[in-house]
Amino acid sequence: MKHVDPALMSISKILIANRGEIAVRIIRAARELGLATAQVFSEADRDMLALKLADEAIEIGPAQATKSYLSGEAILRAAAAVGADAIHPGYGFLSENADFAASVEGAGLTFIGPGANVIRQMGDKARAREAAAAAGVPTVPGSQGRLTDFNHALALGRRIGFPLMIKPSAGGGGRGIRVAEDADALVNLLPAAAAEAKAAFGDGGLYLERFIARARHVEVQILGDGEDAIHLYERDCSLQRRRQKVWEEAPATMLPADIRERLCAAAVRLARAVAYRGAGTVEYLYDDETGEFFFIEMNTRIQVEHPITEMVTGVDLVCAMIRIAAGEKLRIRQDEVALKGHAIECRINAEDPARQFMPAPGVVTALRVPAAPGVRFDTMLYPGCVVPPFYDSLLGKLIVWDETRAAALARLGRALGELKIGGIPTTIPLHAALVRDADVAAARFHTRWLETWLAANPLVETALP
Amino acid sequence: MARKAFPSPLPGVFYRAPAPDKPPFKSEGDAVAAGDAVGLIEVMKIFTPVLAEEGGRLVKFLVENEDAVMAGQPLYELDR
Repeated sequence: MKHVDPALMSISKILIANRGEIAVRIIRAARELGLATAQVFSEADRDMLALKLADEAIEIGPAQATKSYLSGEAILRAAAAVGADAIHPGYGFLSENADFAASVEGAGLTFIGPGANVIRQMGDKARAREAAAAAGVPTVPGSQGRLTDFNHALALGRRIGFPLMIKPSAGGGGRGIRVAEDADALVNLLPAAAAEAKAAFGDGGLYLERFIARARHVEVQILGDGEDAIHLYERDCSLQRRRQKVWEEAPATMLPADIRERLCAAAVRLARAVAYRGAGTVEYLYDDETGEFFFIEMNTRIQVEHPITEMVTGVDLVCAMIRIAAGEKLRIRQDEVALKGHAIECRINAEDPARQFMPAPGVVTALRVPAAPGVRFDTMLYPGCVVPPFYDSLLGKLIVWDETRAAALARLGRALGELKIGGIPTTIPLHAALVRDADVAAARFHTRWLETWLAANPLVETALP
Repeated sequence: MARKAFPSPLPGVFYRAPAPDKPPFKSEGDAVAAGDAVGLIEVMKIFTPVLAEEGGRLVKFLVENEDAVMAGQPLYELDR
Protein backbone atom coordinates (compact mmCIF):
# COMPACT_ATOMS: atom_id res chain seq x y z
CA MET A 1 0.00 0.00 0.00
CA LYS A 2 1.25 3.45 -0.95
CA HIS A 3 2.16 6.05 1.61
CA VAL A 4 -0.85 8.18 2.55
CA ASP A 5 -0.24 11.89 2.53
CA PRO A 6 -1.58 14.05 5.34
CA ALA A 7 -3.31 16.13 2.66
CA LEU A 8 -5.43 13.12 1.78
CA MET A 9 -6.87 13.00 5.25
CA SER A 10 -9.78 15.14 4.04
CA ILE A 11 -11.10 12.04 2.26
CA SER A 12 -11.35 8.59 3.80
CA LYS A 13 -14.05 6.74 1.86
CA ILE A 14 -15.02 7.17 -1.76
CA LEU A 15 -18.42 6.20 -3.12
CA ILE A 16 -18.02 5.08 -6.74
CA ALA A 17 -21.12 6.34 -8.59
CA ASN A 18 -20.53 4.40 -11.76
CA ARG A 19 -20.16 0.84 -13.06
CA GLY A 20 -18.21 -1.26 -15.54
CA GLU A 21 -14.53 -0.86 -16.23
CA ILE A 22 -14.22 2.70 -14.93
CA ALA A 23 -15.56 1.65 -11.51
CA VAL A 24 -12.82 -0.99 -11.37
CA ARG A 25 -10.23 1.60 -12.41
CA ILE A 26 -11.33 4.03 -9.66
CA ILE A 27 -11.32 1.32 -6.97
CA ARG A 28 -7.76 0.41 -7.91
CA ALA A 29 -6.62 4.02 -7.65
CA ALA A 30 -8.40 4.58 -4.33
CA ARG A 31 -6.91 1.42 -2.84
CA GLU A 32 -3.39 2.44 -3.82
CA LEU A 33 -4.00 5.75 -2.05
CA GLY A 34 -5.11 3.90 1.09
CA LEU A 35 -8.73 5.00 0.81
CA ALA A 36 -11.81 2.89 1.50
CA THR A 37 -14.23 2.27 -1.36
CA ALA A 38 -17.99 1.77 -1.52
CA GLN A 39 -19.44 0.66 -4.84
CA VAL A 40 -23.01 1.37 -5.92
CA PHE A 41 -24.88 -1.11 -8.10
CA SER A 42 -28.23 -1.63 -9.78
CA GLU A 43 -30.34 -4.78 -9.72
CA ALA A 44 -28.81 -5.77 -13.07
CA ASP A 45 -25.24 -5.47 -11.76
CA ARG A 46 -25.32 -7.72 -8.68
CA ASP A 47 -22.40 -9.79 -9.97
CA MET A 48 -20.24 -7.08 -11.47
CA LEU A 49 -16.49 -7.13 -10.92
CA ALA A 50 -16.32 -3.79 -9.08
CA LEU A 51 -18.45 -5.27 -6.27
CA LYS A 52 -15.90 -8.01 -5.74
CA LEU A 53 -13.06 -5.49 -5.50
CA ALA A 54 -14.63 -2.71 -3.42
CA ASP A 55 -14.58 -2.72 0.38
CA GLU A 56 -18.36 -2.53 0.48
CA ALA A 57 -21.29 -2.34 -1.91
CA ILE A 58 -24.73 -0.77 -1.82
CA GLU A 59 -27.69 -1.40 -4.13
CA ILE A 60 -29.28 1.80 -5.43
CA GLY A 61 -32.18 0.77 -7.61
CA PRO A 62 -33.55 -1.09 -10.61
CA ALA A 63 -31.73 -1.90 -13.83
CA GLN A 64 -32.84 1.23 -15.71
CA ALA A 65 -30.09 3.82 -15.40
CA THR A 66 -32.60 6.64 -14.86
CA LYS A 67 -33.67 4.90 -11.64
CA SER A 68 -30.18 3.96 -10.44
CA TYR A 69 -26.90 5.35 -11.83
CA LEU A 70 -28.60 8.52 -13.10
CA SER A 71 -30.54 9.12 -9.88
CA GLY A 72 -28.69 11.77 -7.89
CA GLU A 73 -31.00 11.18 -4.95
CA ALA A 74 -30.28 7.44 -4.88
CA ILE A 75 -26.53 8.11 -5.07
CA LEU A 76 -26.63 10.67 -2.24
CA ARG A 77 -28.71 8.33 -0.08
CA ALA A 78 -26.13 5.60 -0.70
CA ALA A 79 -23.27 7.94 0.22
CA ALA A 80 -24.98 8.79 3.51
CA ALA A 81 -25.77 5.14 4.24
CA VAL A 82 -22.15 4.00 3.87
CA GLY A 83 -20.64 7.11 5.41
CA ALA A 84 -18.66 8.10 2.30
CA ASP A 85 -17.06 11.53 2.35
CA ALA A 86 -16.36 11.75 -1.39
CA ILE A 87 -18.06 10.70 -4.61
CA HIS A 88 -16.27 9.76 -7.82
CA PRO A 89 -18.67 10.03 -10.78
CA GLY A 90 -16.47 8.32 -13.41
CA TYR A 91 -17.55 9.20 -16.96
CA GLY A 92 -21.06 9.36 -18.44
CA PHE A 93 -24.04 9.11 -16.03
CA LEU A 94 -23.85 12.05 -13.57
CA SER A 95 -20.23 12.99 -14.22
CA GLU A 96 -21.04 16.24 -16.05
CA ASN A 97 -24.28 17.06 -14.26
CA ALA A 98 -23.72 20.41 -12.57
CA ASP A 99 -26.81 20.08 -10.37
CA PHE A 100 -25.57 16.75 -9.08
CA ALA A 101 -22.12 18.14 -8.34
CA ALA A 102 -23.78 21.04 -6.49
CA SER A 103 -25.94 18.68 -4.43
CA VAL A 104 -22.87 16.61 -3.51
CA GLU A 105 -21.14 19.78 -2.34
CA GLY A 106 -24.35 20.86 -0.61
CA ALA A 107 -24.41 17.59 1.32
CA GLY A 108 -20.96 18.41 2.64
CA LEU A 109 -19.22 15.76 0.52
CA THR A 110 -16.32 16.08 -1.88
CA PHE A 111 -17.18 15.78 -5.57
CA ILE A 112 -14.13 14.31 -7.33
CA GLY A 113 -14.06 16.71 -10.25
CA PRO A 114 -14.34 20.44 -10.87
CA GLY A 115 -16.82 22.68 -9.08
CA ALA A 116 -20.46 22.74 -10.19
CA ASN A 117 -20.04 26.25 -11.63
CA VAL A 118 -17.23 25.13 -13.97
CA ILE A 119 -19.22 22.07 -15.07
CA ARG A 120 -22.18 24.33 -15.80
CA GLN A 121 -20.11 26.86 -17.71
CA MET A 122 -18.41 24.23 -19.88
CA GLY A 123 -21.64 22.32 -20.41
CA ASP A 124 -23.22 25.38 -22.06
CA LYS A 125 -21.90 25.46 -25.63
CA ALA A 126 -22.14 29.21 -26.08
CA ARG A 127 -20.59 30.01 -22.68
CA ALA A 128 -17.81 27.47 -23.22
CA ARG A 129 -17.05 29.03 -26.60
CA GLU A 130 -16.98 32.48 -25.03
CA ALA A 131 -14.63 31.30 -22.29
CA ALA A 132 -12.36 29.72 -24.90
CA ALA A 133 -12.30 32.84 -27.05
CA ALA A 134 -11.62 35.02 -23.99
CA ALA A 135 -8.66 32.78 -23.09
CA GLY A 136 -7.27 33.17 -26.60
CA VAL A 137 -8.24 29.65 -27.69
CA PRO A 138 -9.20 29.58 -31.39
CA THR A 139 -12.86 28.76 -32.06
CA VAL A 140 -14.36 27.74 -35.39
CA PRO A 141 -14.57 30.96 -37.45
CA GLY A 142 -18.15 32.08 -37.90
CA SER A 143 -20.54 35.00 -37.83
CA GLN A 144 -21.02 36.29 -34.31
CA GLY A 145 -24.71 36.91 -34.76
CA ARG A 146 -27.43 36.20 -37.27
CA LEU A 147 -27.27 37.22 -40.92
CA THR A 148 -29.16 40.35 -41.95
CA ASP A 149 -29.14 40.27 -45.78
CA PHE A 150 -27.35 38.82 -48.83
CA ASN A 151 -24.60 41.44 -48.88
CA HIS A 152 -23.94 40.97 -45.20
CA ALA A 153 -23.83 37.19 -45.69
CA LEU A 154 -21.47 37.46 -48.65
CA ALA A 155 -19.08 39.77 -46.86
CA LEU A 156 -19.04 37.49 -43.83
CA GLY A 157 -18.67 34.41 -46.03
CA ARG A 158 -15.58 35.82 -47.71
CA ARG A 159 -14.07 36.70 -44.34
CA ILE A 160 -14.79 33.27 -42.79
CA GLY A 161 -13.69 31.33 -45.88
CA PHE A 162 -15.39 28.65 -48.00
CA PRO A 163 -16.66 26.00 -47.76
CA LEU A 164 -18.89 27.09 -44.90
CA MET A 165 -21.97 25.87 -43.10
CA ILE A 166 -25.26 27.74 -43.01
CA LYS A 167 -26.82 26.95 -39.63
CA PRO A 168 -30.21 27.82 -38.16
CA SER A 169 -29.82 30.05 -35.07
CA ALA A 170 -32.59 28.16 -33.30
CA GLY A 171 -31.51 24.69 -34.44
CA GLY A 172 -29.71 21.88 -32.74
CA GLY A 173 -28.48 18.34 -33.21
CA GLY A 174 -27.20 19.02 -36.71
CA ARG A 175 -30.65 19.71 -38.17
CA GLY A 176 -31.12 22.11 -41.06
CA ILE A 177 -27.42 22.59 -41.80
CA ARG A 178 -26.37 23.35 -45.40
CA VAL A 179 -22.86 23.45 -46.81
CA ALA A 180 -21.97 26.22 -49.30
CA GLU A 181 -18.89 25.50 -51.40
CA ASP A 182 -18.50 29.07 -52.66
CA ALA A 183 -20.12 32.53 -52.77
CA ASP A 184 -22.57 31.59 -55.54
CA ALA A 185 -23.75 28.54 -53.60
CA LEU A 186 -24.17 30.70 -50.50
CA VAL A 187 -26.48 33.10 -52.34
CA ASN A 188 -28.43 30.21 -53.84
CA LEU A 189 -28.85 28.31 -50.59
CA LEU A 190 -29.79 31.15 -48.24
CA PRO A 191 -33.49 31.60 -49.15
CA ALA A 192 -34.36 27.91 -48.76
CA ALA A 193 -32.28 27.67 -45.59
CA ALA A 194 -34.17 30.61 -44.07
CA ALA A 195 -37.56 29.21 -45.10
CA GLU A 196 -36.74 25.78 -43.71
CA ALA A 197 -35.41 27.20 -40.47
CA LYS A 198 -38.61 29.24 -40.10
CA ALA A 199 -40.74 26.15 -40.71
CA ALA A 200 -38.71 23.82 -38.49
CA PHE A 201 -37.87 26.12 -35.58
CA GLY A 202 -40.29 29.01 -35.95
CA ASP A 203 -37.28 31.28 -36.47
CA GLY A 204 -35.69 31.94 -39.85
CA GLY A 205 -32.44 33.26 -38.33
CA LEU A 206 -29.21 31.88 -39.81
CA TYR A 207 -25.53 32.10 -39.02
CA LEU A 208 -22.38 30.97 -40.80
CA GLU A 209 -19.54 28.75 -39.63
CA ARG A 210 -16.45 27.42 -41.40
CA PHE A 211 -16.96 23.87 -42.70
CA ILE A 212 -13.95 21.68 -42.03
CA ALA A 213 -14.45 18.62 -44.20
CA ARG A 214 -11.49 16.55 -43.14
CA ALA A 215 -10.72 17.35 -39.57
CA ARG A 216 -9.02 15.29 -36.96
CA HIS A 217 -10.33 15.12 -33.42
CA VAL A 218 -7.38 16.12 -31.26
CA GLU A 219 -7.83 16.64 -27.52
CA VAL A 220 -5.53 17.81 -24.75
CA GLN A 221 -5.44 16.26 -21.28
CA ILE A 222 -5.46 18.79 -18.48
CA LEU A 223 -4.83 18.56 -14.75
CA GLY A 224 -5.64 21.56 -12.59
CA ASP A 225 -5.65 22.17 -8.85
CA GLY A 226 -7.84 25.28 -8.86
CA GLU A 227 -4.85 27.60 -9.05
CA ASP A 228 -2.38 26.13 -11.48
CA ALA A 229 -2.99 23.86 -14.47
CA ILE A 230 -0.77 21.72 -16.66
CA HIS A 231 -1.30 19.70 -19.82
CA LEU A 232 -0.29 16.09 -20.40
CA TYR A 233 -0.12 16.40 -24.16
CA GLU A 234 -2.69 15.33 -26.68
CA ARG A 235 -4.62 12.37 -28.07
CA ASP A 236 -5.81 11.76 -31.63
CA CYS A 237 -9.35 10.32 -31.44
CA SER A 238 -10.25 10.65 -35.12
CA LEU A 239 -11.32 7.05 -35.65
CA GLN A 240 -15.02 7.33 -34.86
CA ARG A 241 -18.25 5.63 -35.82
CA ARG A 242 -21.46 7.61 -35.37
CA ARG A 243 -19.48 10.20 -33.41
CA GLN A 244 -18.36 7.53 -30.96
CA LYS A 245 -14.64 7.08 -30.54
CA VAL A 246 -13.44 3.62 -31.51
CA TRP A 247 -9.64 3.86 -31.43
CA GLU A 248 -7.44 6.52 -29.82
CA GLU A 249 -3.74 7.32 -29.89
CA ALA A 250 -1.29 9.42 -27.93
CA PRO A 251 0.42 11.49 -29.09
CA ALA A 252 -1.09 12.80 -32.36
CA THR A 253 1.97 11.97 -34.47
CA MET A 254 1.12 14.20 -37.42
CA LEU A 255 1.13 17.40 -35.33
CA PRO A 256 4.15 19.60 -36.07
CA ALA A 257 6.01 20.39 -32.83
CA ASP A 258 5.17 24.10 -32.90
CA ILE A 259 1.46 23.43 -33.39
CA ARG A 260 1.49 20.84 -30.58
CA GLU A 261 2.97 23.47 -28.27
CA ARG A 262 0.35 26.06 -29.22
CA LEU A 263 -2.55 23.62 -28.97
CA CYS A 264 -1.48 22.40 -25.54
CA ALA A 265 -0.68 25.91 -24.29
CA ALA A 266 -4.14 27.12 -25.39
CA ALA A 267 -5.77 24.30 -23.41
CA VAL A 268 -3.79 25.28 -20.31
CA ARG A 269 -4.85 28.93 -20.75
CA LEU A 270 -8.50 27.88 -20.80
CA ALA A 271 -8.07 25.63 -17.75
CA ARG A 272 -6.35 28.42 -15.82
CA ALA A 273 -8.97 30.97 -16.91
CA VAL A 274 -11.73 28.90 -15.29
CA ALA A 275 -9.56 27.89 -12.29
CA TYR A 276 -9.99 24.28 -13.32
CA ARG A 277 -9.74 21.60 -10.63
CA GLY A 278 -9.26 17.92 -11.46
CA ALA A 279 -8.78 16.05 -14.73
CA GLY A 280 -10.32 17.53 -17.85
CA THR A 281 -10.03 17.45 -21.61
CA VAL A 282 -10.04 20.27 -24.13
CA GLU A 283 -11.27 19.00 -27.49
CA TYR A 284 -10.28 20.48 -30.84
CA LEU A 285 -10.89 19.99 -34.51
CA TYR A 286 -7.53 19.98 -36.28
CA ASP A 287 -7.28 20.72 -39.98
CA ASP A 288 -4.32 18.76 -41.42
CA GLU A 289 -4.24 20.84 -44.56
CA THR A 290 -4.02 24.28 -43.00
CA GLY A 291 -2.53 23.36 -39.63
CA GLU A 292 -5.37 25.26 -37.91
CA PHE A 293 -7.06 24.05 -34.75
CA PHE A 294 -10.40 25.07 -33.29
CA PHE A 295 -11.94 24.57 -29.85
CA ILE A 296 -14.98 22.24 -29.79
CA GLU A 297 -15.69 21.71 -26.10
CA MET A 298 -14.21 20.88 -22.73
CA ASN A 299 -15.07 17.66 -20.95
CA THR A 300 -15.03 18.14 -17.21
CA ARG A 301 -14.38 14.54 -16.18
CA ILE A 302 -12.03 11.61 -16.65
CA GLN A 303 -12.23 10.30 -20.23
CA VAL A 304 -12.62 6.71 -21.39
CA GLU A 305 -9.32 7.01 -23.26
CA HIS A 306 -7.29 8.42 -20.35
CA PRO A 307 -5.00 5.32 -20.17
CA ILE A 308 -3.09 6.19 -23.35
CA THR A 309 -2.04 9.47 -21.75
CA GLU A 310 -1.00 7.56 -18.63
CA MET A 311 1.09 5.26 -20.83
CA VAL A 312 3.02 8.05 -22.58
CA THR A 313 3.47 10.33 -19.55
CA GLY A 314 3.68 7.90 -16.63
CA VAL A 315 1.13 9.99 -14.69
CA ASP A 316 -1.72 8.12 -12.98
CA LEU A 317 -4.61 10.43 -13.86
CA VAL A 318 -7.23 8.81 -11.64
CA CYS A 319 -4.96 8.97 -8.58
CA ALA A 320 -4.12 12.56 -9.51
CA MET A 321 -7.76 13.66 -9.64
CA ILE A 322 -8.47 12.04 -6.27
CA ARG A 323 -5.44 13.75 -4.69
CA ILE A 324 -6.54 17.10 -6.11
CA ALA A 325 -10.10 16.63 -4.83
CA ALA A 326 -8.62 15.90 -1.41
CA GLY A 327 -6.93 19.29 -1.48
CA GLU A 328 -3.45 18.52 -2.79
CA LYS A 329 -1.69 20.83 -5.18
CA LEU A 330 -0.31 19.52 -8.48
CA ARG A 331 2.61 17.19 -7.78
CA ILE A 332 4.42 17.85 -11.05
CA ARG A 333 5.36 20.98 -12.93
CA GLN A 334 4.78 21.36 -16.64
CA ASP A 335 8.48 20.95 -17.42
CA GLU A 336 8.44 17.60 -15.60
CA VAL A 337 5.80 16.15 -17.92
CA ALA A 338 7.71 14.16 -20.52
CA LEU A 339 6.20 12.45 -23.51
CA LYS A 340 7.66 9.01 -24.14
CA GLY A 341 6.80 6.55 -26.91
CA HIS A 342 3.38 5.93 -28.42
CA ALA A 343 0.17 4.41 -27.05
CA ILE A 344 -2.98 3.14 -28.77
CA GLU A 345 -6.32 2.19 -27.24
CA CYS A 346 -8.93 -0.02 -28.89
CA ARG A 347 -12.43 0.06 -27.44
CA ILE A 348 -13.68 -3.50 -27.27
CA ASN A 349 -17.47 -3.29 -27.43
CA ALA A 350 -20.24 -5.88 -27.19
CA GLU A 351 -21.33 -5.17 -30.74
CA ASP A 352 -21.38 -7.35 -33.83
CA PRO A 353 -19.29 -5.71 -36.57
CA ALA A 354 -20.76 -8.13 -39.13
CA ARG A 355 -24.32 -6.94 -38.31
CA GLN A 356 -24.14 -3.14 -38.40
CA PHE A 357 -22.61 -3.15 -34.92
CA MET A 358 -25.80 -4.49 -33.36
CA PRO A 359 -25.46 -4.45 -29.57
CA ALA A 360 -24.87 -7.93 -28.19
CA PRO A 361 -25.35 -8.36 -24.45
CA GLY A 362 -25.06 -11.84 -22.98
CA VAL A 363 -22.82 -14.12 -20.94
CA VAL A 364 -19.05 -14.12 -21.37
CA THR A 365 -18.21 -17.82 -21.45
CA ALA A 366 -14.44 -17.53 -21.76
CA LEU A 367 -11.77 -14.87 -21.49
CA ARG A 368 -8.10 -14.82 -22.52
CA VAL A 369 -6.28 -11.58 -21.81
CA PRO A 370 -3.01 -10.59 -23.51
CA ALA A 371 -0.02 -9.50 -21.43
CA ALA A 372 3.75 -8.81 -21.63
CA PRO A 373 5.40 -5.36 -21.48
CA GLY A 374 3.46 -2.44 -22.88
CA VAL A 375 0.08 -4.19 -22.85
CA ARG A 376 -2.81 -3.22 -20.58
CA PHE A 377 -6.44 -4.37 -20.62
CA ASP A 378 -8.86 -2.28 -18.55
CA THR A 379 -12.02 -4.34 -18.21
CA MET A 380 -14.80 -5.52 -15.91
CA LEU A 381 -15.04 -8.91 -17.60
CA TYR A 382 -14.39 -12.27 -15.99
CA PRO A 383 -15.29 -15.73 -17.28
CA GLY A 384 -18.99 -16.33 -16.61
CA CYS A 385 -19.89 -12.69 -16.09
CA VAL A 386 -23.12 -11.27 -17.47
CA VAL A 387 -23.09 -8.23 -19.78
CA PRO A 388 -26.51 -6.66 -19.18
CA PRO A 389 -28.43 -4.92 -21.99
CA PHE A 390 -29.12 -1.76 -20.00
CA TYR A 391 -25.87 0.19 -20.24
CA ASP A 392 -23.28 1.07 -22.85
CA SER A 393 -21.54 -1.64 -24.79
CA LEU A 394 -17.94 -1.04 -23.66
CA LEU A 395 -16.43 -4.32 -22.44
CA GLY A 396 -12.87 -3.24 -22.07
CA LYS A 397 -10.06 -1.17 -23.46
CA LEU A 398 -7.00 -2.81 -24.94
CA ILE A 399 -4.11 -0.40 -24.53
CA VAL A 400 -0.61 -0.89 -25.90
CA TRP A 401 2.54 1.17 -25.59
CA ASP A 402 5.83 0.97 -27.44
CA GLU A 403 8.73 3.24 -28.28
CA THR A 404 7.39 4.19 -31.73
CA ARG A 405 4.00 4.22 -33.40
CA ALA A 406 5.04 1.44 -35.81
CA ALA A 407 6.17 -0.73 -32.92
CA ALA A 408 2.95 0.01 -31.01
CA LEU A 409 0.89 -1.07 -34.03
CA ALA A 410 2.82 -4.35 -34.25
CA ARG A 411 2.33 -4.93 -30.54
CA LEU A 412 -1.36 -4.12 -30.87
CA GLY A 413 -1.73 -6.69 -33.64
CA ARG A 414 -0.07 -9.29 -31.45
CA ALA A 415 -2.21 -8.44 -28.42
CA LEU A 416 -5.46 -8.44 -30.42
CA GLY A 417 -4.56 -11.92 -31.63
CA GLU A 418 -4.26 -13.11 -28.04
CA LEU A 419 -7.42 -11.44 -26.74
CA LYS A 420 -10.37 -13.84 -26.77
CA ILE A 421 -13.81 -13.08 -25.42
CA GLY A 422 -16.14 -16.06 -25.69
CA GLY A 423 -19.93 -16.14 -25.81
CA ILE A 424 -20.78 -12.76 -27.33
CA PRO A 425 -19.70 -10.97 -30.51
CA THR A 426 -17.25 -8.10 -30.01
CA THR A 427 -15.47 -5.43 -32.02
CA ILE A 428 -12.14 -7.29 -31.85
CA PRO A 429 -12.38 -8.21 -35.60
CA LEU A 430 -12.81 -4.52 -36.49
CA HIS A 431 -9.61 -3.61 -34.66
CA ALA A 432 -7.73 -6.57 -36.14
CA ALA A 433 -8.69 -5.32 -39.62
CA LEU A 434 -7.75 -1.71 -38.81
CA VAL A 435 -4.30 -2.75 -37.60
CA ARG A 436 -3.62 -4.24 -41.05
CA ASP A 437 -4.87 -1.19 -42.98
CA ALA A 438 -2.39 0.93 -44.95
CA ASP A 439 -4.07 4.26 -44.10
CA VAL A 440 -4.09 3.38 -40.40
CA ALA A 441 -0.42 2.37 -40.64
CA ALA A 442 0.30 5.82 -42.08
CA ALA A 443 -2.04 7.60 -39.58
CA ARG A 444 -3.91 8.98 -42.59
CA PHE A 445 -7.41 9.47 -41.23
CA HIS A 446 -10.00 12.03 -40.16
CA THR A 447 -13.25 11.91 -38.20
CA ARG A 448 -15.28 10.54 -41.12
CA TRP A 449 -12.63 8.16 -42.42
CA LEU A 450 -13.82 5.10 -40.50
CA GLU A 451 -17.43 5.24 -41.73
CA THR A 452 -16.23 5.49 -45.34
CA TRP A 453 -13.78 2.65 -44.71
CA LEU A 454 -16.51 0.47 -43.18
CA ALA A 455 -18.73 1.02 -46.22
CA ALA A 456 -15.86 -0.16 -48.46
CA ASN A 457 -14.59 -2.93 -46.18
CA PRO A 458 -17.58 -4.73 -44.67
CA LEU A 459 -16.58 -7.10 -41.93
CA VAL A 460 -17.69 -10.63 -42.64
CA GLU A 461 -19.31 -13.01 -40.22
CA THR A 462 -16.99 -14.73 -37.80
CA ALA A 463 -17.92 -17.76 -35.75
CA LEU A 464 -18.40 -17.08 -32.06
CA PRO A 465 -15.32 -18.26 -30.24
CA MET B 1 -60.84 -14.10 -33.32
CA ALA B 2 -57.89 -15.51 -31.55
CA ARG B 3 -55.76 -13.77 -29.00
CA LYS B 4 -51.98 -14.01 -29.37
CA ALA B 5 -49.05 -12.60 -27.40
CA PHE B 6 -45.96 -11.30 -29.18
CA PRO B 7 -42.45 -11.58 -27.74
CA SER B 8 -39.73 -8.96 -27.38
CA PRO B 9 -37.13 -9.43 -30.13
CA LEU B 10 -34.33 -8.17 -27.85
CA PRO B 11 -33.45 -7.79 -24.19
CA GLY B 12 -33.47 -4.23 -22.88
CA VAL B 13 -35.82 -1.47 -21.76
CA PHE B 14 -39.26 -1.20 -23.39
CA TYR B 15 -40.75 2.17 -24.30
CA ARG B 16 -44.30 2.79 -25.54
CA ALA B 17 -43.56 6.18 -27.13
CA PRO B 18 -40.86 7.42 -29.55
CA ALA B 19 -39.78 10.04 -26.99
CA PRO B 20 -40.80 10.93 -23.42
CA ASP B 21 -42.76 13.98 -24.61
CA LYS B 22 -44.46 12.20 -27.52
CA PRO B 23 -47.74 10.24 -27.55
CA PRO B 24 -47.47 6.45 -27.47
CA PHE B 25 -47.11 4.52 -30.74
CA LYS B 26 -50.29 2.55 -29.94
CA SER B 27 -52.87 2.51 -27.19
CA GLU B 28 -54.87 -0.44 -25.97
CA GLY B 29 -57.84 -0.92 -28.30
CA ASP B 30 -56.04 0.50 -31.35
CA ALA B 31 -56.01 -1.25 -34.72
CA VAL B 32 -52.53 -2.48 -35.64
CA ALA B 33 -51.26 -3.36 -39.13
CA ALA B 34 -48.33 -5.73 -39.67
CA GLY B 35 -45.18 -3.59 -39.68
CA ASP B 36 -46.58 -0.84 -37.44
CA ALA B 37 -44.31 0.29 -34.62
CA VAL B 38 -45.81 -0.63 -31.25
CA GLY B 39 -42.83 0.29 -29.08
CA LEU B 40 -39.09 0.74 -28.78
CA ILE B 41 -36.46 -1.45 -27.15
CA GLU B 42 -33.31 0.19 -25.85
CA VAL B 43 -30.34 -2.15 -25.87
CA MET B 44 -27.01 -0.68 -24.82
CA LYS B 45 -28.18 2.84 -25.70
CA ILE B 46 -29.31 1.77 -29.18
CA PHE B 47 -33.06 2.10 -29.86
CA THR B 48 -34.72 -0.52 -32.04
CA PRO B 49 -38.40 -0.27 -33.03
CA VAL B 50 -40.69 -3.14 -32.07
CA LEU B 51 -42.73 -3.80 -35.24
CA ALA B 52 -46.01 -5.70 -35.21
CA GLU B 53 -45.51 -9.14 -36.73
CA GLU B 54 -49.20 -9.39 -37.64
CA GLY B 55 -52.22 -7.12 -37.88
CA GLY B 56 -55.14 -7.03 -35.44
CA ARG B 57 -56.49 -5.09 -32.51
CA LEU B 58 -54.14 -4.34 -29.64
CA VAL B 59 -55.83 -5.82 -26.57
CA LYS B 60 -53.24 -4.94 -24.00
CA PHE B 61 -49.62 -4.39 -23.16
CA LEU B 62 -48.12 -7.05 -20.90
CA VAL B 63 -45.28 -4.82 -19.69
CA GLU B 64 -45.17 -1.24 -18.44
CA ASN B 65 -43.48 1.65 -20.17
CA GLU B 66 -39.74 1.63 -19.22
CA ASP B 67 -39.89 -1.94 -17.92
CA ALA B 68 -36.76 -4.05 -18.26
CA VAL B 69 -37.61 -6.98 -20.53
CA MET B 70 -35.90 -10.19 -21.59
CA ALA B 71 -35.64 -11.39 -25.19
CA GLY B 72 -38.70 -13.57 -25.83
CA GLN B 73 -40.74 -12.05 -23.03
CA PRO B 74 -44.35 -11.36 -24.20
CA LEU B 75 -44.84 -7.61 -24.76
CA TYR B 76 -48.42 -7.22 -26.01
CA GLU B 77 -51.50 -9.16 -27.10
CA LEU B 78 -53.45 -8.85 -30.35
CA ASP B 79 -56.91 -10.06 -31.26
CA ARG B 80 -56.74 -11.09 -34.89
